[in-house]
Amino acid sequence: MNRYKGVVAAGGLVGLFAVLLVTLGNPDNMGFCIACFERDIAGALGLHRAAVVQYIRPEILGIVFGAMFASFIFKEFRSEGGSAPLLRFFIGMVVMIGALAFLGCPLRMVLRLAGGDLNALTAMAGFVSGIYAGVYFLKRGFNLDRSRQQHRYNAWILPLVFALLFFLLVFRVRFNPAGEGPIFFSSSGPGSMYAPVVIALLAGIFTGFLSQRTRLCLMGGSRDVFLVRDFYLLSGFAAIFIVALAGNLIAGRFSIGFLNQPAAHSEHLWNFLGMSVVGLGSVLLGGCPLRQLVLAGRGNSDSSLSVLGMIAGAAVAHNLNFAASPAGIGSWGKTAVVVSIAVLLLIAAGNREI
Amino acid sequence: MIEIDARGLSCPLPVVRTKAALDKGPDEIRVLVDAGEQVENIRRLSKHLGYKITGEDKDSGVFTITIKKEEANEQV
Repeated sequence: MNRYKGVVAAGGLVGLFAVLLVTLGNPDNMGFCIACFERDIAGALGLHRAAVVQYIRPEILGIVFGAMFASFIFKEFRSEGGSAPLLRFFIGMVVMIGALAFLGCPLRMVLRLAGGDLNALTAMAGFVSGIYAGVYFLKRGFNLDRSRQQHRYNAWILPLVFALLFFLLVFRVRFNPAGEGPIFFSSSGPGSMYAPVVIALLAGIFTGFLSQRTRLCLMGGSRDVFLVRDFYLLSGFAAIFIVALAGNLIAGRFSIGFLNQPAAHSEHLWNFLGMSVVGLGSVLLGGCPLRQLVLAGRGNSDSSLSVLGMIAGAAVAHNLNFAASPAGIGSWGKTAVVVSIAVLLLIAAGNREI
Repeated sequence: MIEIDARGLSCPLPVVRTKAALDKGPDEIRVLVDAGEQVENIRRLSKHLGYKITGEDKDSGVFTITIKKEEANEQV
């Protein structure tokens, strides 16, 4: 049992931070949501114009910084990359389109379930199905080419850009006053709800640090069970759920059901399919959206590109009306999800080691 | 001895390759990886499949892991 201690503790703390962040101002069941928060950052920069979801989320920046600190301290920081960068950027976009059909990344899926949102159950079934499909392709020899050591500048770009974003958040810079931004900050909706900056940043830093140390990955949990009957990462996943559930019950934030759940809709088919895109895409990338941030922090520029791909994907999803809303998902969104599945299957089937 | 070069492969391919090799039941294999988490993953896998790590060398960012079959009397 000893070897599970670290990852269970890390998962538990992430669950605890999530409940605290909601108590301190984050949107309900959204203590963390890597996809939503990257989408908010895209909005803050003016990459999309959905006025209710624009904010520079310090949690995202903090996760990268925390992973970076951990990898420095434990001498794991390594500038590496070159494994199908453009393809990873593109898969990142597709993963975001899937996540915004459901309205959450795998982490928020767990947190939604811990808040009593049963819509996350069908999403989880979709997520696990996507991972199962991904494992099939892994066994068939799927591979996105090898990465190799790179010049150290590659590893520093994303952390430095994120540090710059932090200053833009603190000083609320307005580049085009006549256009009221960017930087845009939502005055209503989820983007206007946030925990104090310093606390959100620290929660992100701790989460990044712990995730780098324990390799926490929400996709890896199911993948390793399917692939090698290894329950290490799944125990971290379970710990997030249990602690967040307990926290929500104590804080009086647990409300079980399908209807009237915060930032959620009940189009089960599309929740299922959207998260199956995220599951399969995450297997192809080698980690869930949280893990991509952590790998980016420890010097992997391929993961930096998949993070940037997710931000670009959020912009596309909102500008082209792919993204769902609490009212449901539109016909463009449905089309985008179906096309995303087809594209991922094509990538999964077509890429084997050269 | 079988040697698996898993350097630069994304998670979980080093584990997939190592498992494929160990499933054939060799007495000893050697795996090259270049990330710390892969060393941990391979250590877990080896134990699970009844193998043990007999050596881990790190040289200029590359870990060389030597994996041997557990003796029958050592198996749990």
